[in-house]
Amino acid sequence: MSTPATKGIVEPAPAAAAPKARWRWRDSDILASFLSSKVTVLSAIVSVLLIGGSLLAPLVAPTNPFDPATVDLMDSLMPPRWVEGGDPRFLLGTDNQGRDLYSAILYGMRVSLIIGLAGVAIAAVLGIGLGLFAGWVGGRVDAFVMRVADVQLTFPAILIALLIDGVVHGIVGNAQRENTAFAVLILSIGLSFWVQYARTVRGSTMVEKNKDYVQAARLIGIPAPLILLKHVLPNVIGPVLVILTINIALAVITEATLSFLGVGLPPTQPSLGTLIRIGNDFLFSGEWWIVAFPGLTLAAFVLAVNLVGDWLRDALNPKLR
Amino acid sequence: MTEFPLIEVTDLRRTFDVSKPWLERTLARESRQLLKAVDGVSFHIRKGETFALVGESGSGKSTVARMVVGLLEPSGGEVRIAGVPMTGGSHAAERRRLRRRIQMIFQDPFASLDPRWRVGDIIGEPIRAFGVAENRRDVTARAGELLRLVGLDPADAQKFPHEFSGGQRQRIAIARALAADSDFIVCDEPTSALDVSVQAQILNLMRDLQDRLGLTYLFISHNLAVVRHMATTIGVMYLGRLVEVAPARQLFAAPRHPYTRMLLDAVPDLAMSGRPRTPVQGEIPSPISPPSGCTFHPRCGLANDRCRAEAPAPIDGVACHAVAEGRVPELRASA
Repeated sequence: MSTPATKGIVEPAPAAAAPKARWRWRDSDILASFLSSKVTVLSAIVSVLLIGGSLLAPLVAPTNPFDPATVDLMDSLMPPRWVEGGDPRFLLGTDNQGRDLYSAILYGMRVSLIIGLAGVAIAAVLGIGLGLFAGWVGGRVDAFVMRVADVQLTFPAILIALLIDGVVHGIVGNAQRENTAFAVLILSIGLSFWVQYARTVRGSTMVEKNKDYVQAARLIGIPAPLILLKHVLPNVIGPVLVILTINIALAVITEATLSFLGVGLPPTQPSLGTLIRIGNDFLFSGEWWIVAFPGLTLAAFVLAVNLVGDWLRDALNPKLR
Repeated sequence: MTEFPLIEVTDLRRTFDVSKPWLERTLARESRQLLKAVDGVSFHIRKGETFALVGESGSGKSTVARMVVGLLEPSGGEVRIAGVPMTGGSHAAERRRLRRRIQMIFQDPFASLDPRWRVGDIIGEPIRAFGVAENRRDVTARAGELLRLVGLDPADAQKFPHEFSGGQRQRIAIARALAADSDFIVCDEPTSALDVSVQAQILNLMRDLQDRLGLTYLFISHNLAVVRHMATTIGVMYLGRLVEVAPARQLFAAPRHPYTRMLLDAVPDLAMSGRPRTPVQGEIPSPISPPSGCTFHPRCGLANDRCRAEAPAPIDGVACHAVAEGRVPELRASA
């Protein structure tokens, strides 16, 4: 194929083929570990179904619960289809405003997911950034960032989210509530979840920065931000990915809790939490489905994502393989 | 080989603050604790030569290496490379140019290569950083050439470090050190993490490259056999000070400082001459509270009151009162 005398120029063909072969092998390795665990496969299917269904809600859902024109108050509080008195139009029944619960769950899930993902994204970027910075610089900067993190860790995330929510509403006023609710929720989750990332990343950064490959990069004059980005970050990101998965589920729960408590999304933009709160009012008057189905969906989603996260943690840890 | 010294190290010093955090220290009413890792080291290396620093663990040899390459700021003294001081305000532009000529090979080849980078990118990093080659094709070609130079296959550029053995990884590290056409390589115990069978291969490769490319080495090691194979000149370090500097042949044939003699006496005797080995006596003292006077006096059979009180200055390459006063017994003929 290649003659050794070709003056040190790498043949393009094997060079291009080699990485592909490698990645296929690596994928299959992780794939095998994935397929060998039935629980993981099932959780992954549930997660994909729920995420897919909610993201494609406008295509999948029979009605649009956000559109007041399609809801009829006459249809309110219908039980699920298979229960006596159920209407074939409403698979899982309707809520107190006559919205189709199945559609509302899909749309609500979408809202919850977007808030969860965006919140976790903010938390991760903030936490990873601060963790890298604190771990690299060390000394007083590190001590300061970590003490702030410690202090924040003594408050439950919900409390911080409530605090941020209160402060923002104090600034913008209640009139703007519906418009700001979305952003406030994302910000609250982002600012209350960053600590975990910062601590994890800071610890690994302190280990990695003393390794010789970082010294070698310093030696050739690579600036510190580039070293952090190109050398340190890829080597500390493993555990972060696991926290990330599990945190998405946690963020969805936090959003649901805040909405349940009434500081989250208003009933006009129902998230899963809002639906559960609405349903809670009717639970003791016999309309169990309004609270049960959103609650079950939330539980299934959180459980499934957590199980996938657990598997990911084991699969990415070479010591456990 | 020219007479012009490429590297000049003058009175290099480095202290580390190893005291407890301020609050703890204040509460316990302790004073600051300073560790003198390197205490007034001077030497010079001519182009194309190998200067070896030997000494036990904790003697400060790695600290010297890190200061010479610029990874660590000296607390005092000066490193000059090709006549340009590497610390201080002036000469910034020249220093940047010189940086390119200095590279380092680290002790542990499992830590010195980024596990997430492909070998080609690892070797390509200095090529890009110093602008030896700009576009992707040229960098790849250059990396392939370097891999061939150190005895690996250019196709290995696509692999990750964990696919290689320790010796192969050290070859990759050497290729990286040579990538930007550097001619001064600081080697911090480059073979001590390797299997004995592989050590010789790596050392031969390094000598071969030195002959072909005219490299200058600062070679750090605690292994006298390795040093004998590599060095032109040897400096023996003890507790942050150079106790003896001599040409390699002379140092092995006629060691003068009692510490050098002790180290040489402990080298396993492969010739099986039946000479009794004397194991190294005692341990290196803590550099936080070094012994007074000559720091070697607690382990030295020739120490007297002057040694305990007064630190010896190097005279003709040896820093020892006993040598200066002629109290050292003649060496046995067999050495």
